[in-house]
Amino acid sequence: MQAATLFTPQLAASPIAKILWLIPAMPIVASGVISLLKQPRRKAATVLSIGSLSFSLLLSLIAFAHVVAGWAQGAAVRETVNFTWFQFGSTTVDLGWVLDPLSSVMLVMVTFVGLLIFIYSIGYMAHDENYTRFFCFLSLFAGAMLGVVISNSILLLFMSWEIVGLTSYLLIGFWYQKPSAAAAAKKAFLTTRVGDIFFLLGIVWLFAQTGTLLFYNHGAGSIEGWALTGLLAQPAALGLSAATAIGLLIFAGAAGKSGQLPLHVWLPDAMEGPTPVSALIHAATMVAAGVYLIARVYPLMQAGALAGGTTPALTVVTWVGASTALFAALIAVAQNDIKRILAYSTISQLGYMMAGLGLGGVAVGMFHLITHAFFKALLFMGAGSVIHGCHEEQDIRKMGGLKSAMPLTFATYGIGMLALCGVPIFFSGFWSKDAILESAHGWPLSQAPFYMLVFGAVLTAFYMTRQISYVFFGAYRGHNHAHESPRVMTTPLAILAFFAVALGVIGTPAWPWFRAFLDNRAADVSLHAFAEPAWLMLLLTSCVIVVLGIGFGWTLYGNKSPNAEAPDALERAVPWIWAVLRDKFYVDEFYGATFIAFYEWWARVADWLDRRVWGGAVAAVTWLFGLWAQLNRFLDTNVVDGTFDKGCEEISTGGGLLASIQSGRVQNYLRILALAVVALVAILIWSSRP
Amino acid sequence: MSPVFYLVSAMTVAGALAAVLLKPLVHCALAVTVAFAGLAFLFLSLDAQFAGFAQILVYIGAVAILIVFAILLTKGSELPRDGVFSRSWLAGVVISAAVFAALGWAILRSAWTLPHEAAVPVVTVHDIGVALVDRYVLPLEIVALLLTAATIGAVIVAMHEKEGAK
Amino acid sequence: MTPLASYLLVAALVFAIGLAGALVRRNAILVLIGIELMLNAANLNFIAFWRYGPHPEALTGMMFAIFSIAVAAAEAAVGLGLVIAIYRHAQTTDLDKMNRMKG
Repeated sequence: MQAATLFTPQLAASPIAKILWLIPAMPIVASGVISLLKQPRRKAATVLSIGSLSFSLLLSLIAFAHVVAGWAQGAAVRETVNFTWFQFGSTTVDLGWVLDPLSSVMLVMVTFVGLLIFIYSIGYMAHDENYTRFFCFLSLFAGAMLGVVISNSILLLFMSWEIVGLTSYLLIGFWYQKPSAAAAAKKAFLTTRVGDIFFLLGIVWLFAQTGTLLFYNHGAGSIEGWALTGLLAQPAALGLSAATAIGLLIFAGAAGKSGQLPLHVWLPDAMEGPTPVSALIHAATMVAAGVYLIARVYPLMQAGALAGGTTPALTVVTWVGASTALFAALIAVAQNDIKRILAYSTISQLGYMMAGLGLGGVAVGMFHLITHAFFKALLFMGAGSVIHGCHEEQDIRKMGGLKSAMPLTFATYGIGMLALCGVPIFFSGFWSKDAILESAHGWPLSQAPFYMLVFGAVLTAFYMTRQISYVFFGAYRGHNHAHESPRVMTTPLAILAFFAVALGVIGTPAWPWFRAFLDNRAADVSLHAFAEPAWLMLLLTSCVIVVLGIGFGWTLYGNKSPNAEAPDALERAVPWIWAVLRDKFYVDEFYGATFIAFYEWWARVADWLDRRVWGGAVAAVTWLFGLWAQLNRFLDTNVVDGTFDKGCEEISTGGGLLASIQSGRVQNYLRILALAVVALVAILIWSSRP
Repeated sequence: MSPVFYLVSAMTVAGALAAVLLKPLVHCALAVTVAFAGLAFLFLSLDAQFAGFAQILVYIGAVAILIVFAILLTKGSELPRDGVFSRSWLAGVVISAAVFAALGWAILRSAWTLPHEAAVPVVTVHDIGVALVDRYVLPLEIVALLLTAATIGAVIVAMHEKEGAK
Repeated sequence: MTPLASYLLVAALVFAIGLAGALVRRNAILVLIGIELMLNAANLNFIAFWRYGPHPEALTGMMFAIFSIAVAAAEAAVGLGLVIAIYRHAQTTDLDKMNRMKG
């Protein structure tokens, strides 16, 4: 594993770096404008989304050219533009973007593949009534994904990451009237959420530990020198350092988004979305975001590694990746839905990418990511073309013989399939997978990942052959007449097929341009590299893999036209293994029995608590208040009013009593007068006694 | 004390008693006239000749006649059915007895400070006349007014109501 | 000469008798008679004190008595007129029956 050479920090950002923010901003603005349009305005939506993404592509190419120019001159480019979002106390929350080889390459890939898929969608979604909504969400996704790519602040990355997750939810559940689609969207969101929680923990920890949110900040960034030494020195738990722990937390987030082993369950269900969505999000870009994230924080993952050695974080990444690769490949063998096979294939290839990152470094993993993006998008779009041509049929057992009915689709699909299988020399998939196998072979800790990846490659070839045989060879077993797709759909296929072949050039050992570009070294053309015995061994291994896989597959399925109702050939051979594979190793059932069941139970408890305990408390307080009110009323009526009324009665009675003195008879008055006189006289006499 | 005094006092007190106790009203009126006369004699015995004769003229000559006329006009000659004394006559007697007791006690207690004899004042009618228009002219005029008002008032009060009567 | 006290006693007696008559008898006219008696007794008191007083030549007591007589006469006139008016209204002079001002 090569250590990355230091990039000389750029003091002033170049013009293209300053306007880099436009690249994600344009599609997001387009999405906003489309959302405000009155339905249906198909032309406007199309123009806005494709126009904004084209503009982003143009800017990405300029940025890429700029970085390449810098690299060619030997002055490596890593330009950052950072700014403070807000400040509380003495801590600042910073955002920013970075332009370096990694981000520029990813920018070009995302915008280019994205644009092709956008154009493809014009044809694919032409009959759908929610065309405008589709492009609105698609543009939003593109903008958010590009935001993830250029982000220099882990907070900005997380925000874009979440928007990507949101748009994935919206697009998987695009046909929300279908209950399976709505459920799949929810499953995707919740599963990635689990990963995102760990990711957030990692972010917070990193921020607390290093004091900055920025990756690169002229030496003060969280994955630059000072911060890394601090993180390494800080112990966490179980004998790990903080760097390892944070790295594992961030990997958990990446594992959710990229469908690694425990959190892979959402990806096959995500095939409920329209095929362009599957192509863009669940093949080329969103699922690659996890891999990109690990590549971005690679200095953190790699911190503390001795030359040629590995770190605990990277070891975990490797094992998870290798396990995922094998696991998903096994399941893909027994699937019958054309898109589901490709979904499991994607999970498997993502495992390869993660293993590549762990085993060989950023360049190895990223190269496979780039090549995979092209041929997997190609395969998905080809599958979409097939589905479209077969009038929305997705079961491969009901297809067949389409090579004559849909020749262009067949040709491009074939190229994609061969690239995925890693057929040597001519196809880019071979070069990228080869690099991974080479790193696995040279891993100091164990050879087990190598064997797992090799077996996975055999299985990949096998199930792809199976799929192509079912779909394109044999006789047509469907009901309707199949037809070729329109040119707006087949042209992007052709372009992608071209790149599926051509991209191999930049990754060969003879001219390892990609690796050199990412690692900031000079790339020399040396054909001697082909003559090295290690490389020749690897070439032989790959040939054997391909021959085994394709040969076995062709023997079982090639050119036969199995009946849709009859059991699969392999199923007849090993029925119980087939059952396990077809039922996806019962992972979903396991989750349902444990986590989901627990969650439902917990929800019931919470409901009970809410209704009985808290509700009861509220009811008790209410009852107390009622009682208090009643008491007050009683007091008011009886005590206060009573006293008052009583008092008035007394006065009235007293007045009545006093009034009886007024007899109306004069003589009585006279008598009283006389009596008073007597009394007066008596007093006078008595008081004047000597 | 001279026997004249005793005689006259007895007459006065007897007349007063009779006036209060007798049942027929006219008898009471006549009895009170006797009392007035006795009092006039007493005035005379006190050398207040003018007062005495004024008493005879006014009280016996006017007031008593007035009373008789009132008795006549209110058919007082018929004896009432319920009796002449009020239902609670005892209370009245007790009260007046108390009054007399108070007054009597006051007098008797200070009997030795009161003079026994005094020189006979020489008072002529001329002096009284002069005093009336000299010192007491204001009271005189006011009494004149009072008498006028009383006359008018008595007439009005006793007049028959013209319309809406009873 | 009879002492002043005797005259005063007589006056007090007449006064008490007059008061008794005013308080005890039912007929309104007899109440008036009683009142006249009381007034007369007061007159006697005045004259007696004038006679035995320090300055009889000032004629104070006599004047008072004379004016009292005059006023009494007027009052008797008005009072009897009122009795007649009441008799005309209520057909009776019985004071026990006259309680229209009862409270």
